[in-house]
Amino acid sequence: MSVVVKAEDISKVFRLGDVGSATLTEDIRAFFYRLRGKENPNIKLASTNDREAASAISNYVWALKDINFQVNQGEIVGLVGRNGAGKSTLLKVLSRTTSPSSGEIKIKGKVASLLEVGTGFHPDLTGRENIFLNGAILGMRKEEIRKKFDAIVEFAGVQRYIDTPVKRYSSGMYVRLAFAVAAHLDPDILIIDEVLAVGDAEFQAKCLGKMKDVSDQGRTVIFVSHNMGAVSDLCSRAILLKQGGIIMDGNTDDVIRNYVQQNMRVNLTDKDALNDPSVRRGNGAVRFENVSMVNAEGAECTEFLPGNDIHFDMTCIINEPIKELMTNVAFRSGRTRDIVTTTGRIKVDISGKKPGDRINFRVSFPTIALRPGVFETYYWLGDSRTETAFDVVDNLLPPLVIQMPPDVNPLYLVGYVDLPFKFEQ
Amino acid sequence: MPKSAKQVNTTNDKNWSLIIRPSRGWFDLRLKEVWNYRDLLLLLVRRDIVTVYKQTLLGAFWFVLPPILNTFIYFILFGLIAKVSTGGINPILFYLSGLIAWGYFADCINRTATTFRANAGVFGKVYFPRLIVPLSSVISAIIKFGVQLILLSITLAYFVWSGDPASPQLQYLWLLPFLLLLMMVIGLSFGIIISSLTTKYRDLSNMVPFAVQLLMYATPVIYPSSIIPDKYRWIFEINPLSSIIEAFRYIFLGIDKISWPLLAYSTVFAIVALVIGLVMFNRTEKDFMDTV
Repeated sequence: MSVVVKAEDISKVFRLGDVGSATLTEDIRAFFYRLRGKENPNIKLASTNDREAASAISNYVWALKDINFQVNQGEIVGLVGRNGAGKSTLLKVLSRTTSPSSGEIKIKGKVASLLEVGTGFHPDLTGRENIFLNGAILGMRKEEIRKKFDAIVEFAGVQRYIDTPVKRYSSGMYVRLAFAVAAHLDPDILIIDEVLAVGDAEFQAKCLGKMKDVSDQGRTVIFVSHNMGAVSDLCSRAILLKQGGIIMDGNTDDVIRNYVQQNMRVNLTDKDALNDPSVRRGNGAVRFENVSMVNAEGAECTEFLPGNDIHFDMTCIINEPIKELMTNVAFRSGRTRDIVTTTGRIKVDISGKKPGDRINFRVSFPTIALRPGVFETYYWLGDSRTETAFDVVDNLLPPLVIQMPPDVNPLYLVGYVDLPFKFEQ
Repeated sequence: MPKSAKQVNTTNDKNWSLIIRPSRGWFDLRLKEVWNYRDLLLLLVRRDIVTVYKQTLLGAFWFVLPPILNTFIYFILFGLIAKVSTGGINPILFYLSGLIAWGYFADCINRTATTFRANAGVFGKVYFPRLIVPLSSVISAIIKFGVQLILLSITLAYFVWSGDPASPQLQYLWLLPFLLLLMMVIGLSFGIIISSLTTKYRDLSNMVPFAVQLLMYATPVIYPSSIIPDKYRWIFEINPLSSIIEAFRYIFLGIDKISWPLLAYSTVFAIVALVIGLVMFNRTEKDFMDTV
C-alpha cells in the first residue's frame, strides 16, 4: 500500500500572552539572530505544552514537537488526545491554515479539509449562490460544482428554498446545505475535525456515514476527535497525542485503552473541567466529586463483557441547600451520540444532609444487556420538580467499553442492546 | 541498480503532489495556484457586487452618490470659499473627474488593507491562495468605477453641450484601461503591504485612512498641476499617481497633459511595489493565523 501522507519532524511553536511592545523586542532580537544565521533565540527556550505548569520559563511553548507519522492510502486514522494535546494544531498544519515551525509534510493527492462546514457562506446570498461560493472556497472548479449541483441540493433537501437568501433558512437547513457541499467534495485525502459532529444526532450520523463512504471508495481519512466511540467504530488506526507529542500510534483499541487509562485521572474536583461547558454543566448546588466504574469483584475497571455486572460508585458534595436530589446515568453510542439507554431519574435520599456534607451512593447494572462497543457516559444530578441541573458530567469521564467476547462471531452482536426474545416454531 | 541517496530523494520528491514546509523561498509566490482558483476569484467578485447593495432601495445609485456629495463639498470649500483654480473648467466637472479617478485608487487600498484581519474567520478554516481575496476586491471595485464613469460621461456631455471649454481627447481613450491597471496595481500593492504589516502590530492600520487622504492632497486631484509652484514640483513628480490622474483628466477634459516619461516611471513604480507586496504577503500568509 502506498504512503499518501508523510510527516517528518513536525514542530510548531506558539507564543503565549499578549502581543505588545515585549513581542516587538523579541521580534527584533530574532531578526538580528537570523541575519547572523543563528536559530531564533526565543524558540530555544520553548517548553512543552503543559497547561497546568504556571512557572514556565518562557512565553513560547511547543504546540507540536517532533511529530512523525505516515498514513497509507485508504486508511482512516483517528487523532485523539485531550484538549490542548495538539490535535487541532496538527490539523491546521495539515490543512495549511498555518505552517509548521520546522519539519515537513509530504502529501500525495488532492486534499480537502473540513474544519467547519459553510466556510464563507454569505447570509445575503441565496442557497444557489452559496453552493458555488462555498464549493469554490473548498477547492472545487465551477464546472465540477455545476455537475454536482442537483445532487447537492437533493442531499440537503432544500429544493424549495434554493433561491432564497440563506439568512432566512432555519439553522438545520443551513447546516444541511453547508454539509451537502462538503460531502460532494471528492478529495483523495479528507481531513476532518470532530467539530463537524456537533449538531443533531441525525446530522452527526450523516457526517460519520459520509466518512465511512469516503474510505470505502479507497480514499484516506484523517479524523480528529474526542469521541472514542466514533474513533473506535470508524478508524482502524489511531494516534494518541499528549502535550504536543505522539505517545502512541497503532491499533485503535489499544490506543483507546491507553487514552482511557490516561483519562482515568481526570479529577472531578478539578476546576479545569468546569471551563468546558460541552462536557460539564449545571449550577453547582451539588457536584460529583468522584465516579468510579467497578466490576463484580469490586475493582475499578472500564472494560467489561456483555452480561457482566457493572457498578457505579458515586460521591457528591452538597454546596448549597437543596430540596430534592435526583440522579441519572445514561450511555450514548459513540458513533451517533444517541442515548442508548438511561436509568431514568432516581431519587437520592438527602434527609439530614446540609451544605458541606457528602453523599455516597451506588448505581448498579446487573448483567448488563449492552452489546460490544464504546459508550460515552453521562451522569446527571438535579432537581426534577424545578428541572434544575446541579451537575452534568457529559463524556468527561472514561467511556464504558463493552468488549467483544472471545469465540463469538461479531456479526451476531451488531447493534447496541440485547433484548430477551422467544423463539417458537 | 544502486542510486546515490540524493538521487533517491529527488525522485521521491516528485512523487508528492504537495509538500508543506515551514518557510518558502522569497520568490516562491505560487502564482500558478492563484490561477487554479480563478473560479473562486470570479465568485468572490460576484459576491462583493451582489451583496453590498442587496436589500437597498437605491441599489447601484449608492455607487454614484459618494462622488456626487464629495464633489459638492469640494465645490463649496475649494471652489466657492478658497477659490482654487480649476484650469478654466467648470469646478463641478473638474472635481467629479478627479474624485472618481482617485476614488478607484483609494478603494483599492482601503478594501485590501484589512485582508488578513477581516478574513481571519475564513482563512483559519480553509486553505486557498490568500491573494485571491485582495484581487477580488480590486476587481469588484472596477464595477463601481464603471458605473461612476457613466455618471462622468453624462455630466461631461452636458457641460460640453452647454459650452464649457472642456474638450475630451477621445483619441487617447485606449489609455484608460492601462491607467486603471496602474491604479489597481499600486493600490493593491499598498493594500497588501499594509495588511501584511498589520497582522501582528495593528498600529499602522489606524493610519491608513489618514494617509490615503493626505496622499490625495499631495496628488493633483482637486487642483490642476499647473498651479503647483516649481519649488514643490519634485513632490508632484515622485508621486506615481500624479501622472495617472493627469492623464485621466487629459483624456476626459483636455486639460493637463499626458507625460509619457512620468507614466513610464509610474509603471516601473507599480511593478516594483507589486513585487514587494507579493513577497511580503506571501511571507505573512503562511502563519498569520497564529498572531492575527
